[in-house]
Amino acid sequence: MLTISLILLPIIAGLLTLTNKGENAKKIASIFAFAELILGGYVYYSFIPNATTQFAVSYDWIHSAGIKFSVGIDGISLILVCLTTLMVPFIILSTFNNNYKNAPTFYALILFMQAALIGVFTARDIFLFYFFFEIALIPVYFIAAIWGGENRIKVTFKFFIYTMFGSLFMLLALVYLYIQTPGIAHKADFESIYAVAKTLDITQQSYLFGAFFIAFAIKMPLFPFHTWQPDTYVEAPTAGTMLLSGIMLKMGTYGLIRFILPITPLAVDKYGMVAIILSIIGIVYGSIIAIQQKDMKRLIAYSSFAHVGLMAAGIFSGNIDGIQGALIQMLAHGINVVGLFFIVEIIQQRTNSRELARLGGITQTTPNLTVYFIILMLGSVAMPLTNGFVGEFLLLKGVFQYNAWAGAIAGLTIILGAVYMLRMVQKSMFGITSRITEGFADLTLSEKVVLFPLSFMVIGLGIAPNMFLKLTEPAVNQLLSIIK
Amino acid sequence: MNAIIALSLFGIGSLFLGFLNNRKILLPATLIFTLIALGLNFADWNHEYLWFNSMLRTNNLSVNFTAVILISTLLVVAISRGFGDDKEHSHPAEYYAILMFSVVGAIMMVTYENLLMLFVGLEILSVSMYVLTGSDKRNLRSNEAALKYFLMGSFATGILLFGIALVYGATGSFDIHGIGLAVRDAKAQMGGIYGPILTAGVILMLVGLLFKISAAPFHFWTPDVYDGAPSLFTAFMSTVVKTAGVAATYRLLSIAFPDMYGTWGNPMVYITAVTLIVGNLTAVYQQSFKRMLAYSSISHAGYLLITVLAKRPETNASILFYSLAYSIATISAFAVLIVVSEAKSKAGKPDESFDALNGLSKNNPFLAFVLAVSMLSLAGIPLTAGFFGKFFIFTDAFSNPSSIFKSLLVVAVLMSAVGIYYYFKPIIAAYMRSGDTEKIEISPIFKYTLILTTILTILLGIAPDLVKKLF
Repeated sequence: MLTISLILLPIIAGLLTLTNKGENAKKIASIFAFAELILGGYVYYSFIPNATTQFAVSYDWIHSAGIKFSVGIDGISLILVCLTTLMVPFIILSTFNNNYKNAPTFYALILFMQAALIGVFTARDIFLFYFFFEIALIPVYFIAAIWGGENRIKVTFKFFIYTMFGSLFMLLALVYLYIQTPGIAHKADFESIYAVAKTLDITQQSYLFGAFFIAFAIKMPLFPFHTWQPDTYVEAPTAGTMLLSGIMLKMGTYGLIRFILPITPLAVDKYGMVAIILSIIGIVYGSIIAIQQKDMKRLIAYSSFAHVGLMAAGIFSGNIDGIQGALIQMLAHGINVVGLFFIVEIIQQRTNSRELARLGGITQTTPNLTVYFIILMLGSVAMPLTNGFVGEFLLLKGVFQYNAWAGAIAGLTIILGAVYMLRMVQKSMFGITSRITEGFADLTLSEKVVLFPLSFMVIGLGIAPNMFLKLTEPAVNQLLSIIK
Repeated sequence: MNAIIALSLFGIGSLFLGFLNNRKILLPATLIFTLIALGLNFADWNHEYLWFNSMLRTNNLSVNFTAVILISTLLVVAISRGFGDDKEHSHPAEYYAILMFSVVGAIMMVTYENLLMLFVGLEILSVSMYVLTGSDKRNLRSNEAALKYFLMGSFATGILLFGIALVYGATGSFDIHGIGLAVRDAKAQMGGIYGPILTAGVILMLVGLLFKISAAPFHFWTPDVYDGAPSLFTAFMSTVVKTAGVAATYRLLSIAFPDMYGTWGNPMVYITAVTLIVGNLTAVYQQSFKRMLAYSSISHAGYLLITVLAKRPETNASILFYSLAYSIATISAFAVLIVVSEAKSKAGKPDESFDALNGLSKNNPFLAFVLAVSMLSLAGIPLTAGFFGKFFIFTDAFSNPSSIFKSLLVVAVLMSAVGIYYYFKPIIAAYMRSGDTEKIEISPIFKYTLILTTILTILLGIAPDLVKKLF
């Protein structure tokens, strides 16, 4: 029941928001998002760290086809539910200085998106998963396409078609697995599908692997399916970018863990190296492009592309460190990237520019902002005692165990990451004050309310990663036992 | 069965209503007639029964198809308000009467047992449609469309009749069950090799029917006819006529010729693939919303054919669900088209291009939302009925062990992605582009009909079992 309320609360909140006007919509949306956060916190505290699926409920949905509305939370879902419930309130708060036209619709869409995301992460039935996986795209598409920048129509359209195209292949793979289950009505819950997957031979698994890989690789995105990503991140309004990069990107990595690893282990064995090579190309390529970016938002977009490459490589290495690292890194990356995009938004609001060449010297008027920026930046470059360190360390360890060369090249991410991140901080915050950064106003209360907790989480998670790792470990071990 | 009799009487009744010279009474009267027919239709539920010296056979499948046809008709009639208010349509009663008659033809096409009834039903439907297509008398394109439809359509009916004659010659029966038995005997005796007369008969019959459901390569009339006909009747053609055509094809193939799968199976798979490709790819290039919907109707004929071919017990339910989902969404889309194109008419001619939809979300948010939901449903995106329609079809096709279906599915999936592209054009125009700010008003009955179709589309997209378990 708790899981269903996690999904329903944002939907109800969204509908309530729609009935209100302007300023009220903001407040209602944030109140409900915090209520959802409390609910998420309750789930976190009452979760028993073992491999079972907890808070599970299951209703008949399409009885004639054996499809159930079945949701539940295990360790892997938990970390993503935490990420979603944790980030959405801050994403909503981060828009408090903006006055969007049609604000009620804007906030309602964010809340609907949250409901769909929680649905994706808690679904225990393959079609329910697909259902939410697709629905999640619609609110964020409208957020980006209505409230986005100049080129928004073309760019978001490409993004929408591209990701839908990938998902259709996943639908084929899911239908194929579903048809293999015994019984006239078939079954679609994860357990039956995992059981069926054991009977598939390498050819069948290879096709399924291909179909799933296209869907998730486009969603994350992995090289060479990333062409939609930088433009969409830049054109979307910052709240949309945060949703996309902070949470939605993790639908892809979650899919890798939930579907590709347990369903097609033989194919992962055979083609895993190809996937890891693509991921590593993404890491190096994304980082190098990030170094050359002039636009801060685009720079973070490419950095996000590089980071997700490392997560994918860790998952495909298929060992406990790689997957645990990916899970903790999903949470850490979500926190960091939401914070970083928010800082870009703050700078853009005051100076009307995101170009590094025109900025500089902001620290002289606003040292607070610099402190937060540096903390988030350190998290992003995986400094020890920050959240990024735990994840990247485990991920690199996992990849290294799989193949030492791959691990070594993937390790470049730390060096290159430091290069582009430090460059961004230096060019924007330090140096001589430019014409547009003179009289840079101090942080407002609502901005502090977002940045302080995010920075706190960067350090907190870096000091005590075990508060999540110990919850995910049993579920990951069980997953690995399915693979073997 | 009583629905056929009732509707014929109601059709004649509508003609007499025309004498009253009261335009206001026609629309509610026709709605009530259709509702009565819908109620009478369910009297046949769970009775398998032969009528008129075994000319027609009612069973649950035919009752369901009739229901889908009557529901589509109800919706089309409900959005017909305003039609015939101008001087050009000085006798609107005739159009409502012809509409009733054509529904009779459609119902005969889904209940036939004797091939002659298939032919008569098809003719009643087609002749009515020729007239309705040309009903915009002063419009050149409407006239052109009617003539084109008439010439091509009579040719196709001729081919169908030729096919029926050949099949009768080979099997000695007009009865589809009789033909089925004769074909089975022939198969037992000759081991799957059929005489040229029977083979040619089957192929010619299929050509005639595929023409009616506008499957490629028999689709060339569709865009011009759909574009030229008044939008209201285009909505009727692309839903009721299509459903009846697909149902008739399904009935023919599954009862009379299941044993000849080796003969028609592969050609039909290729035709389906071509239909999907042609319909979707051509739709991409359209500038006119109405023409885009015409090509989209070709592509949906392709999706429906997939499940007609898949031959599974569940196929019945899939065809019905898909037809219903498609019809509801299409009628909503046409309703929006009718309102918007009238409001934005240029030099007396309604503007049917995508540009007419620009800024609709500001001029009338309700219409924009209806349009978005119907487009999402046609594109097959979750939370709408269209998604489950596609889902059931994919499931059916995958269950067929033949490997050719796997290739067909890949085509279908790729074309669904193409479909998303063009179905989003109207949504983008309505929500993201800005147009003139003139408010668009709609009448209450329009509004209630559209609320109904939108709720149905979303409801069937959340709980498809509500309807599917009836089928």
